[in-house]
Amino acid sequence: MSEHKGPDLKQVNERMRGLMARTTHGRDDFEDLVIVPLFAVVVALVFGALIMLATAVDLPTIGRSFVALAVGSVGSLSAWSETLTASIPLVLAGLGLGLGFRAGLFNIGAEGQLLVGGLAAVIAGFSFAGLPWIIHLPVTLLVGALVGALYAAIAGFLKATTGAHEVISTIMLNLISYRLLDWLLRQPFIQREGRSDPISRNVADSATLPRILDFIDVNLRLHAGIFVMLAAVALVWWMLFRSKIGFAFRASGENPDAANYAGMNSAFIIVLAMGTAGALAGLAGATQVTGVLGRASPGFSAGIGFDAIAVALLGRSHPIGILFAGILFGALEAGGRQMQVQAGVSIDLIGIIQALIIIFIAAPLLVRAIFPWGFKKRTKRVGDA
Amino acid sequence: MDVELRGLTKRFGPVVANDNVNLHIRAGEVLGLLGENGAGKSTMMNMLSGLYTPDEGEIIIDGKPVKFEGPGDGIAAGIGMVHQHFMLVPVMTVAENVVLGVEPTGKFGYLDIKKARRQVEEINEKYRLHVPPDELIEDLPVGIQQRVEILKVLFRSADVLILDEPTAVLTPQEVREFFGIVDGLKKAGKAIVFITHKLHEVLEISDRISVLRQGRITGEGDPKTLTEADLAEMMVGRPVSFTTAKETAKPGRTMLEMTDVTMLDENDDMVLDHVSMTVRSGEVVGVAGVQGNGQTELVEAITGLERVASGKIDFDGKDITHARVRDRHKMGMAHIPEDRHKSGMVDSFTIAENMVLNNYYAPEYSRGWAIDWPKVNETAARYCIEFDVRTPSVFLPGGALSGGNQQKMVVARELERETKLVIASQPTRGVDVGSIEYIHERLINSRDEGDGVLIVSSELDEIMGLSDRIYVMYDGKIVAEFDNTGGKADRNAVGLAMAGSFEGEPA
Repeated sequence: MSEHKGPDLKQVNERMRGLMARTTHGRDDFEDLVIVPLFAVVVALVFGALIMLATAVDLPTIGRSFVALAVGSVGSLSAWSETLTASIPLVLAGLGLGLGFRAGLFNIGAEGQLLVGGLAAVIAGFSFAGLPWIIHLPVTLLVGALVGALYAAIAGFLKATTGAHEVISTIMLNLISYRLLDWLLRQPFIQREGRSDPISRNVADSATLPRILDFIDVNLRLHAGIFVMLAAVALVWWMLFRSKIGFAFRASGENPDAANYAGMNSAFIIVLAMGTAGALAGLAGATQVTGVLGRASPGFSAGIGFDAIAVALLGRSHPIGILFAGILFGALEAGGRQMQVQAGVSIDLIGIIQALIIIFIAAPLLVRAIFPWGFKKRTKRVGDA
Repeated sequence: MDVELRGLTKRFGPVVANDNVNLHIRAGEVLGLLGENGAGKSTMMNMLSGLYTPDEGEIIIDGKPVKFEGPGDGIAAGIGMVHQHFMLVPVMTVAENVVLGVEPTGKFGYLDIKKARRQVEEINEKYRLHVPPDELIEDLPVGIQQRVEILKVLFRSADVLILDEPTAVLTPQEVREFFGIVDGLKKAGKAIVFITHKLHEVLEISDRISVLRQGRITGEGDPKTLTEADLAEMMVGRPVSFTTAKETAKPGRTMLEMTDVTMLDENDDMVLDHVSMTVRSGEVVGVAGVQGNGQTELVEAITGLERVASGKIDFDGKDITHARVRDRHKMGMAHIPEDRHKSGMVDSFTIAENMVLNNYYAPEYSRGWAIDWPKVNETAARYCIEFDVRTPSVFLPGGALSGGNQQKMVVARELERETKLVIASQPTRGVDVGSIEYIHERLINSRDEGDGVLIVSSELDEIMGLSDRIYVMYDGKIVAEFDNTGGKADRNAVGLAMAGSFEGEPA
């Protein structure tokens, strides 16, 4: 017979405390979250060097290019400024994608959401000129986020109502967004006066994210979007791990049957998760146009929405992981430009290195095989135990 | 053929799955092998079939030590396994399935299906299996499919047959027939290992019994002198009570009323056929039936997971036919789902998170839009103590718990709320004997607190032991109803109704 009655209060309290004691993160977590990505980066850089060798780049040049990569990304204040500036939209869009992954949605559409969100922000940025910046800037960013959210919600709505797979629908929405942008940029109320090429008017000063390091050097481009980014990291973390809706997101992503059983409304969750992801991607576009570009032109998204997929994967769909992954990718981009200028190595190599990082992240067993000393031996769980 | 295991030990990392196991399997004998989930039965059987190699000890066949290097070595040496989950190709005939992999071939490797058929017939005759060789597997009932599995290992000239939980899928009547076949095999000189967790069956059919606990043989004996209580104690390591002590039910108001409920599957086939039933407060109603006769759909209809095509469902006087899952939950319906891994829990979520999986939104766990995690953790810890969920911490992933503890976690979550109606579907499937006892107690406890309790189970013992009233489902219909006050329902009659051959007494 069980003895659930009787044990005295002190004993029960003791056990309660034991059960609620926070265990430290396991070694396995540490390996998955830190060591694997770290080694993946190292292996990817080594492979990058091998590819340069294979394409007949001589050794001194390879050496010079890696020095340039390091100097250009973290070697000076201006390098850091460039790295962080590049990381802002990557982290923002990556957060949205990571949140979607957690909810079981493989959203490929950050690029399109970023484009429409960015364009909407540009329109808001020049349309309401004259407003005080304290109103105009937030409104501009919010418009970007809102339009991004609505655009992504189309894919969510299609999935929730008809079961259309979000991978397909978001890819199609990306394609639509490119042409939509081209067309809109030629409309008289958007196109810059006196220009025949597709380019928008400039965002008003009152809607521009101020540069935050220009008191040191006017050429430092790092802008206040970095605060938006940090706030978004905190917000997404709170949403995923503290809020009720985040609980439902994660449950739906991990086990949709259990989410159904628990009475979670799957259609609502799909639309809301897609919408939130789109809002973050739209915000990424908005910070990019109001902080860096100042206007919209064809292809202004520059593949950020696709790089952000890699950022979200590298960051293991965890807000903190995405923050670091985004900064790493920002560093590769900033350093890559320097590499091209100083060593004459094509910036395409950076794309290859980024791709290699993802391949190694996706294949942790491969990384473990290459670096056996970095990992504790795993005890396999086999059998019927 | 004689098979002896001597000092067999198998480790997986730090886990010792089998620890110095000694076992003697003799020709013309049925050896009953008992053990809870995770006791090491499967590991042992996998070593016998050649899938695992033992770390220590040896397998001796007819006095000669043998070494199995891989799967297939076991059957080549004459040791055949009949798995719990059948490994048959549904769209092929019995004969084709039996010869699959060892097909008799003629010139140029053409398939000699006639010869195959003849060989199958011979075995069929010899052991009186009564399997139609030309029928498609998918057209055969489960009991016959199982005999096809037996035919398969006999065709591969096995002298030792290992039967893994063979009765789990059978009706009581099919179990009788099955025992007849086992008897025939024994008389023909085969050695049989009968793995199960059903104590009365092992007592009935075995010549000798061995009990495995935590990888060790903890008891051996003669079924003539052992009782179920002895066996259970050997399995669990402490005395276990079987009959859940309970008072006579005091049924109150109607909690659940289903009227002519019909449900269609995606092919528009009727999976619930005009089902009407009632559950009153303060009573346990059992739904008996062989798996796949509409019980899953019945629970889905009651809990709102699937739409019903017609009919009406009332819960405590309110029409809930079209109410959402969460609304039913809020009204006080608890649901222990039939498959906890599929829907009852999220393996990667912590125990604390799993403990609030379906009531995380409730005001007592909320702070605005956020979940009050300290409160949740505290509640989870309390539930773990209350329901004896054995874990060092509530922050461990639910998937890391053993089956019995996972189920206690789910049961704790469902019963610790204010409830009026408890829907328990296969509440003790894959759960160890000790936890079964406990879960049964809690269900009776809910009844005594005035809840209506509906138990759906394919274990007839569970239904007979707990229910005050029993419905039998067959082919999507309620085919019989029995009054089981004081356990007075006729087990045999219930069994017949489960087989669909009996239109039950009107209650």
